[in-house]
Amino acid sequence: MDLLECRKLTKYFPIKSFFRQIGKVHAVEEVDLTVPVGQTVGLVGESGCGKTTLARTLLLLIRPTSGEILYNGQDLFKLTKKELKAFRRDTAIVFQDPYSSLDPRMLIADVVGEPLSIHGIAHGEDRDDVVLDLLEKVGLKTEHLYRYPHEFSGGQRQRLAIARALAGDPKFILLDEATSALDVSVQAKILNMLNRLKAELGLTYMFISHDLSVVRHLSNRIGVMYLGRMVEFGTREQVFDNPVHPYTKGLMLASPSLDPDARYRPREVTLEGEVPSAINPPAGCRFHPRCPQKFDACSNTSPELVDVGDGHLVSCHIDSGT
Amino acid sequence: MEEKERLLIVDKLRTQFFTYGGVVEALDEVCFEIYEGEIFGLVGESGCGKSVTASSILGLVAKPGKVISGSVLLNGEDLLAKSQQEMNKVRGSRISIIFQDPTSSLNPLFRIGYQVAEPYIYHQKKQKKLAIAEATSILETTGLPDSADKAKNYPHELSGGMRQRAMIAMALTCQPDLLIADEPTTNLDVTIERQILDLVKALQADFGTSVLWITHDMAVIAQICDRVAVMYAGNIVEKTDVRTLFRNPKHPYTVQLLQAIPSAASSGGDLEEIPGSVPRLIRPPTGCRFHPRCDHAASVCSEIKPEEIALEPGHTVACHLYERVEEGP
Repeated sequence: MDLLECRKLTKYFPIKSFFRQIGKVHAVEEVDLTVPVGQTVGLVGESGCGKTTLARTLLLLIRPTSGEILYNGQDLFKLTKKELKAFRRDTAIVFQDPYSSLDPRMLIADVVGEPLSIHGIAHGEDRDDVVLDLLEKVGLKTEHLYRYPHEFSGGQRQRLAIARALAGDPKFILLDEATSALDVSVQAKILNMLNRLKAELGLTYMFISHDLSVVRHLSNRIGVMYLGRMVEFGTREQVFDNPVHPYTKGLMLASPSLDPDARYRPREVTLEGEVPSAINPPAGCRFHPRCPQKFDACSNTSPELVDVGDGHLVSCHIDSGT
Repeated sequence: MEEKERLLIVDKLRTQFFTYGGVVEALDEVCFEIYEGEIFGLVGESGCGKSVTASSILGLVAKPGKVISGSVLLNGEDLLAKSQQEMNKVRGSRISIIFQDPTSSLNPLFRIGYQVAEPYIYHQKKQKKLAIAEATSILETTGLPDSADKAKNYPHELSGGMRQRAMIAMALTCQPDLLIADEPTTNLDVTIERQILDLVKALQADFGTSVLWITHDMAVIAQICDRVAVMYAGNIVEKTDVRTLFRNPKHPYTVQLLQAIPSAASSGGDLEEIPGSVPRLIRPPTGCRFHPRCDHAASVCSEIKPEEIALEPGHTVACHLYERVEEGP
């Protein structure tokens, strides 16, 4: 059963100059993705690859240029206003930087309680009781209720952001680089808490990160993105233990390992150069200018995302047999 | 290791910040040494004093901070005894530094080529044109594509990875004895980070420069450093070669920190948590600063500050556990 699904999802951002459109940023292009109920889907890729745009488009925070999004089998674009509000209650986001995602002028009771008022879940003193329950869930205390965000450390603020996300009793939480700004010892606590909450509340997560080890730790399924395209998608074991796409391989090998002897091992793929601009992306396969295994077809036709076995999807000419 | 000369000796360095809230004891008797031609890692979580160590070495601790005591010997000369004018001759020529954020450390109003050439003009009194030509060639050794064109660009026209390459070029212009790299790859994507790590390793081998690599990322330490010191709340708690640190860590903090990092083995399960949080350094915990969070804490830990003990040659730990019993946890 899939909670969220998108087909051929595309988002272009227009670039305007003197009231005329002079170009577009190809942020996300023809991405197919399914998020099964109760799973954690990880999205990895370098900055500017479209991870965040894809995720925000899925939650309809950004209107896609084209494509379809299904939530519980329903087309999101055909929802009535009332149904859309219910969808908003079912979904929540935790952002990367807890210093800018919490309003500095709001008390914690209001920061966490705001969604409760908006969705008419609880009011007045009842609301404070619900907020206290939420704070308890994320490991904060009663005395924190009437404080301001600046009185909390980074890890505690991220707990607050999670409490706020949990307020509407959501089914799906988007974690956009939620632990990237934290120290490892704090990150470990937040990751453990996320796993606990997921099991207790039956949540589904989408976890975006540039840190491969964190994505590997938390996710059941992983999507690898490059310049707006999904290049590989599969289970944790498929993507991490048997990566197929040359970009995925390069990314895995580039990511520093905790084994001090790894530096002496020869690397199968080394990625040279930098990610090209998304305004004029390369023709054919987006990755071909940096690909060590490219051939003629790569610069002409864009490879389709095909199943190479057991739902392991790869978008590369080498493995599609062309 | 015995044959190598000690390039930098930092001894009992104590730096404090006199704020309105009280005295922040940022560094508490930090001791380490860097040998010639090695990459020495300094690792720890935010606020543990890594960057303060770097600014103390360079004499760049700004008010209300002050180096209280200790010594920093570079080839036997005490840097802390030097005046600011004398230090100006050291910085950029004998010791140089690469910062985390190349965007804010490059001047947006000057071309890349001129900024990289500045150490030549200032320290070696070269002519501007000649200096810029040399800067262009050093930019090329750092792997900046089309370096002659890029030297004429302004910082905003370059990507983050290219700016960091320019910073590295600038740091290497005068062939310094010591290069301090303060989290130089933290803002970069993994593939660019890998390119920069490879570059620094290659240049370090070519120039024979010693490197002090400051980071919070244990994986980067594993990939680039020869020896490592682990810092916690202004103290160095463990100091050893990189293999021993990952294979046989001794200090309880090091052990727990390494277990808190997500890895292939931890997938799907829970990570080890260190109870509590990093203490404030205004009136830090007495005795061992880690004792309130330590599983092995005994009464002596809250009373007496542990001395550094050598377990093996080149492996020191500051923990009472290793005075009381021979075997570790």
